[in-house]
Amino acid sequence: MLIIVGTVPDLNLGLLIGRSELKGRRLIVDKTDIPVQRGTPALIASACRVCEVSGAEPPLALLVGDIGLGHGSRELYAYLTEHIREYTFSTIVFHYLQPDVDWHCKVLFSLQELQQQPTLIADAGFMYAAKMSGYAGEYDLFTPDIGEMAFLADEKAPHPFYTRGFILHEQNKVEDLISRAYHHNNAARNLLIKGATDLVVSGGDIIERVNEPMVEALEAMGGTGDTVTGMAAALIYSGLDITKACTLAARTNRLAGKLASPTPASQVTDIIEQIPAALSF
Amino acid sequence: MRLIRRVIQNLKSRFRNGSQHGLGLLVFENTSEVIRAEQILKKEGCDVSVKGPPPELRKGCDLVIEFQLVEELRVRRALQKQGASALDVVPLNSELLQPVDIFQTRDFGDYLMVRAANMKITVDKRSTVIVNISGGGCPDVPYLAQEMVGKKLQDAPTPGDIGHTLCGYALQLAYEEIQQQC
Repeated sequence: MLIIVGTVPDLNLGLLIGRSELKGRRLIVDKTDIPVQRGTPALIASACRVCEVSGAEPPLALLVGDIGLGHGSRELYAYLTEHIREYTFSTIVFHYLQPDVDWHCKVLFSLQELQQQPTLIADAGFMYAAKMSGYAGEYDLFTPDIGEMAFLADEKAPHPFYTRGFILHEQNKVEDLISRAYHHNNAARNLLIKGATDLVVSGGDIIERVNEPMVEALEAMGGTGDTVTGMAAALIYSGLDITKACTLAARTNRLAGKLASPTPASQVTDIIEQIPAALSF
Repeated sequence: MRLIRRVIQNLKSRFRNGSQHGLGLLVFENTSEVIRAEQILKKEGCDVSVKGPPPELRKGCDLVIEFQLVEELRVRRALQKQGASALDVVPLNSELLQPVDIFQTRDFGDYLMVRAANMKITVDKRSTVIVNISGGGCPDVPYLAQEMVGKKLQDAPTPGDIGHTLCGYALQLAYEEIQQQC
């Protein structure tokens, strides 16, 4: 089973657990209709599309409402700490959650008690907490964009907001950022770095560079990083090796983007609709 | 809350001989309170800046307000007047993390995108409508996008008013920058 953990920007939404179902552009979890605009719903929707194509069962979503105050995230962290051992799963993705090092560690330690270790994937706020905790190396995959890569490379920054200028500077080579992140044990075993050229990294070495097709508008669109992570997770869950899954996800996202002919004003649902077609290329 | 108070007590005893630079920190329970307090204090003309907390106070998504200790009374009064209050005041004698201050701008022709730290905002230059918000990892990012996308820059709620996290604060900086450029 693939589990996806994250938040929805709805203050009134409590803990929501259920199989994900994509109906057109609507995501349904436990009979609740969730708008797919960006963030975790976009990640889940793209994973659903990959599962449709691969024939795998759709992901189990563990969601909660949170608009940044952290209450929902903490409720979800507490649930995970207490109940995660009741689930049988091979892959788990942590996404938009309020970064909280103490709760992150409680969740990670609960996962480490499982007899069968799942593939651990972290992105967004949970990745920030994983890096700050000093346990980044316990993860199988991080999926940062280039700005977040600079944050991983800065051993002193507790959040991308504090990435020091000399590291963040555009002229820094991404190879140097990767090397610095691994040197300070602030990277997962594998990285999928999302940018003008997507990089697939394993153990500090760049395995693949994906830069075709180039769809410049994708950089401005909210949620296009979420779709890459969702696809990579679903492909890993479907049995692909992590680096191959990341390479295919990066290529498919670009192809889906090209098929959608986006402008910087397009929305990510346009891309998600094209995923099955892009995967068939 | 009890843990935060204990850490503050430790910091106070560490720094009881006074600060090196005459600066103090206002510590709040969460980032949205910091953002609100900063707005109040800046309106009052207080010399304040938002910084990263010292490691002892860090949880993962934190800000503190640095101010001139000599202005403590004025600062407390300004906050109190607006119904806000800091958890505590701590003298400062170590260097704090600086928020990011590098902006990257990308011109797509009809659209302009500004990036601050990990947050990006894109505006249609012809109409000043916010067409996209992307990046970030804290849970208010999807919320901010939901509330701001589709509205004109001058009509949209600002991240400073409705955001709660460091990502929200970074978006506020990008928002201010793109307002200047549009």
